[in-house]
Amino acid sequence: MTSQRAIETGVGLFLLAAMTALLVLAFRVSGLTGFIQQEGYQISAAFDDIGQLKVRSAVRIDGVNIGEVTDIHLDPVSFRALVTMRINATVRQLPDDSSAAILTSGLLGDNYIAITPMYSQSFLKPGDRIRETHSAMILEKLIGQFLFNVQSSRKNSTQGKSP
Amino acid sequence: MLNRVGDLGRSGLEWVRELGRAGLLLYRMLFCIPNIRKHGLQLISQQVFAEGVLSLSIIVVSGLFIGMVLALQGHHTLAKFGASMELGPLVALSVLRELGPVVTAILFAGRAGTALAAEIGLMQATAQISSMEMMAVDPVRRILAPRLWGGFISLPLLTLIFNVTAIYGAWLVGVQWLGFDSGTFWSNMQSSVDFHADVVNGIIKSIVFGFVVTMIAVYQGYFARPTSAGIANATTRTIVYSSLAVLGLDFVLTAMMIGGW
Repeated sequence: MTSQRAIETGVGLFLLAAMTALLVLAFRVSGLTGFIQQEGYQISAAFDDIGQLKVRSAVRIDGVNIGEVTDIHLDPVSFRALVTMRINATVRQLPDDSSAAILTSGLLGDNYIAITPMYSQSFLKPGDRIRETHSAMILEKLIGQFLFNVQSSRKNSTQGKSP
Repeated sequence: MLNRVGDLGRSGLEWVRELGRAGLLLYRMLFCIPNIRKHGLQLISQQVFAEGVLSLSIIVVSGLFIGMVLALQGHHTLAKFGASMELGPLVALSVLRELGPVVTAILFAGRAGTALAAEIGLMQATAQISSMEMMAVDPVRRILAPRLWGGFISLPLLTLIFNVTAIYGAWLVGVQWLGFDSGTFWSNMQSSVDFHADVVNGIIKSIVFGFVVTMIAVYQGYFARPTSAGIANATTRTIVYSSLAVLGLDFVLTAMMIGGW
């Protein structure tokens, strides 16, 4: 029979291993950062179509992560999607004529917001809204437009030949 | 003919009675928490040691191999679609949501549940439990409750350890052997695994399973017929019932969780 002391040490190590496992699952596997509220400020932007953008999607400038989407809802008056995002405190001076676009990483990857800074000397304040926005590219729409263009150009060329 | 109907009714009543006995036993075990003032946490920690720490080797080894196999199979299938970058999410999601809780619970039933049932059954057969009652020691409080709590505590912890070893097993095969990029593996995993929906739900499942498996083992042991055949029967029933209960409950819990409960 193992002594009580050894048993308790064993159980303690077991608990410790399980706690470590939970920490690994939380931070390494699921990339949890929700508990650590990062410093930052909120800005928003209204889009015509947000595609597959989700809460916690990335906000990037030149491909560098500078924040994340915190809230998405529909503006009930203008029927545009209102996206709120948190920008890290390190990026303090975003020119107020910057534009925001929803892009896709890779061909089938996640959507993210790309912000393109412009040259204005005044900066976005917390709570401000980005005015210049570009909606997400929807593949189906593009294909639809392409097919439509092909059809109409074919029609044009046949019409041009016939007379 | 009438006898047949009578038999049917009797077996139905017997079944209901058994359910009631299990309920009463559960009530007594839950509300007669082991005497902490007298023994401290000794009794429970002994059981966590016997059920949890001693099961670690089988859990770690099977977790490692399940992760490695998943990575190999996943790579084989994903490569056909040119999506082998998604190996990390595939392994992490399948382990965290399903394989971790279920496989750990079934292994735990085989490793610890049967041992519990046989131990308690033998105590019953050699009249240790009734002699305890003669000495005014409550066997439910002294023998059964620590075992139930021990299993209840151990299984979620074992599941956490299983999950981590399985994911590192997949990392071993995917990154070290098949030559994926380690950064891609982890960052794809992080972007698709959600802490609440995947990790926490897996833990909730394993808490439920821990409770059910130990309860079945303790019940089967306590009410085993006090013969060698009875004990054999009790251990067999423990593993059969707990595997079925785990698989069935897993379906119910998954349906509830996916339904946004």
